[in-house]
Amino acid sequence: MNEERKMLEDLSSQEYKWGFVTDIQSDTVPPGLNEDVIRFISAKKQEPEWLLEWRLKAYHHWLTLSEPEWQKVKFPPVDFQAISYYSAPKKDEKKKSLDEVDPDLLATYEKLGIPLTEQKRLANVAVDAVFDSVSVATTHQAKLAGMGVLFMPLSEAVREHPELVREYLGKVVPYTDNFYAALNAAVFTDGSFVYIPKGLKCPLDLSTYFRINEANTGQFERTLIIAEESASVTYLEGCTAPQRDENQLHAAVVELYAHEDAAIRYSTVQNWYPGDQDGNGGIFNFVTKRGLCAGDRSRISWTQVETGSAVTWKYPSCVLKGDDSVGEFYSVALTNNFQQADTGTKMIHLGRNTKSTIISKGISAGHGDQTYRGLVKIGKGAAGARNFTQCDSMLLGDKCGAHTIPYIESSNRTAQVEHEATTTRIGDDQIFLCNQRGISTEDAVSMIVNGFCREVFHELPLEFAVEAEALLKVSLEGSVG
Amino acid sequence: MLKIQDLHVSVDGKEILKGINLEIRPGEVHAIMGPNGSGKSTLSQVLAGNENYEVTGGLILYQGRDLLSLDVEARALEGIFLAFQYPVEIPGISNEQFLRAAVNAGRRHRGESELDAFDFSALAKQKMEVMELGADLLDRSLNVGFSGGEKKRNECFQMAMIEPRFAILDETDSGLDIDALRIVAKGINGLRSPERSFLVITHYQRLLNYIVPDHVHVLADGRIIMSGGKELALELDDKGYGWIEEGQARSGEPQLSASGEAES
Ligand SMILES: Nc1ncnc2c1ncn2[C@@H]1O[C@H](COP(=O)(O)OP(=O)(O)OP(=O)(O)O)[C@@H](O)[C@H]1O
Ligand SMILES: [Mg+2]
Repeated sequence: MNEERKMLEDLSSQEYKWGFVTDIQSDTVPPGLNEDVIRFISAKKQEPEWLLEWRLKAYHHWLTLSEPEWQKVKFPPVDFQAISYYSAPKKDEKKKSLDEVDPDLLATYEKLGIPLTEQKRLANVAVDAVFDSVSVATTHQAKLAGMGVLFMPLSEAVREHPELVREYLGKVVPYTDNFYAALNAAVFTDGSFVYIPKGLKCPLDLSTYFRINEANTGQFERTLIIAEESASVTYLEGCTAPQRDENQLHAAVVELYAHEDAAIRYSTVQNWYPGDQDGNGGIFNFVTKRGLCAGDRSRISWTQVETGSAVTWKYPSCVLKGDDSVGEFYSVALTNNFQQADTGTKMIHLGRNTKSTIISKGISAGHGDQTYRGLVKIGKGAAGARNFTQCDSMLLGDKCGAHTIPYIESSNRTAQVEHEATTTRIGDDQIFLCNQRGISTEDAVSMIVNGFCREVFHELPLEFAVEAEALLKVSLEGSVG
Repeated sequence: MLKIQDLHVSVDGKEILKGINLEIRPGEVHAIMGPNGSGKSTLSQVLAGNENYEVTGGLILYQGRDLLSLDVEARALEGIFLAFQYPVEIPGISNEQFLRAAVNAGRRHRGESELDAFDFSALAKQKMEVMELGADLLDRSLNVGFSGGEKKRNECFQMAMIEPRFAILDETDSGLDIDALRIVAKGINGLRSPERSFLVITHYQRLLNYIVPDHVHVLADGRIIMSGGKELALELDDKGYGWIEEGQARSGEPQLSASGEAES
């Protein structure tokens, strides 16, 4: 493990002591959604008038929409009036040691190779500071701030950099975009804000490990990342540890904005609770993620490893507006037991000579069902645009399903669009061969699946990639043989 | 080492092995010859534990233990190795990664420390040279795009790395050119030891010039119809299988190696 990562772990295993968690007296609003609730949230967050107005407009727009039904997933209807849209961060009772933690959970952490300090943090165990983490955090914060990087909770950015937030919020994903985006705009509670100034290559990968105040961003998270001209940044979201949440519905919005020659890489490892083996419980994850390559030669890449959630509905997209801009989407999605995923990407080519690459690896096991749904759209002005799409599905067992639905809309004859799709199964003869060489079925499946996903894992930062491999293995346990 | 008694095996309800008796002692090399479809590969698959083959009767003792009660992986870890007649391809897993997992599984099982990437690489290079395999084969996906001969040599290379106690070679010589045959034979002979036994399935007496067997058996229609010394292979080469089948009444029961001692 490298130094920096270790510091970050120790850092994140501590409670945040000095800053931006606002104290809230009244704690929860009753279930239901109406204007008063939105006003309450906005007031709690001491938001400026323009933001409240924006939320209200979003809310009124949302009222005119109905839930989308075109995606190939089935789940019971969500009662939006039964959800409480604001609850104060709960201070969980800290456990004294790992002995008090569910041994099954610890076993999972062990298999994932999650370091002890991190295990403690995840399991809500009090940790003694190994060294002075305050100074480490301050050093990092100071270092980043000194370079002009802003990295903070969105609610704080609203207060401290209102002009920036106002300029960009909803620019890439307007509240009119879709049902869940409208809902998120109306009621979002918090999320991350990142701003990289002109010309700066951010020397640290910004990760949620580093963002201390991660607790309780809630089910309607909102993230906004802006890279100015020639700036670049890598952002890591999520972690491999299984995450539980009492909120069943999660509808996040992520907006990326890249100016001329800027580059944003956004990596996600998502492992929300998928429900039990019979498909009960589990998180519904309906996310809207979109990046705008606004400037010429800008570049946005999405890399995602999706193993959690009962139902996932997610299409990280790129709008390639600047000439010569590049969009990339690398995805591994795994569905096991009764998980369902309808995921993919949209690449909207508007500028000249824009390029996009889509590599999607879907793995289905058990009764898992997944759909790759991808749109490649070439606008009139996108002369010389190119797209390459490769969708590979791997099936484990015969009760699962995989579907590939590519949509291609081209309005420019000079554009080139290529699509390749394959479906494979892990053969009994392959497993037999591995067993015959002394390799267990579990290890064999894990090796084969990881081999299948290699192209995508290459795109992840190394440590993340190692964790992702372990995660797939744990997620597939018991699915073969 | 291995003792097979009255083994009956069916596939999809059809009986393929109809009462096999065979005993292989430590250090011995046994060759099995016989017409196509007589059940040679079936025997090798059953020894390795392939569950598609149903054992309907009989007994297999391996090092004094009931082999049939062990699963495929356990048998492999106990030292049984099968060089496949038709090696399977696994895209996405490199030859090196696969073999390192195999070697380390064995080492873990024996309570030895695992080989790290460096030690493994050094060992692999050395053994690949014996098999005259290009080092680039290590980085390629297992068996994917390997030539027929490369696949067979790769099976031997795996055997050399895994160092099994009992190795079954199912037509490892088929499809090899004359130089490759010598190389493979050299590799196998290099592994011969008083503790290690081999069951070599082949159609060609030629191989047995290089790997001199202690016993040669003829398998026809699911039975061993004749057993003899290495000269039996020459006779078969000369006369084919017909004369045995015709003369079976004369020679009576196939001969078995005499010893019934229990081994450990
Ligand atoms: N999986 C299977 N399903 C159906 N029949 C099978 C199966 N495996 C083997 N058989 C049949 O069993 C018989 C013996 O096959 P086996 O592969 O053991 O022969 P062999 O002696 O190895 O032949 P060869 O010399 O051609 O390799 C053949 O008739 C074959 O068709
Ligand atoms: Mg055969």
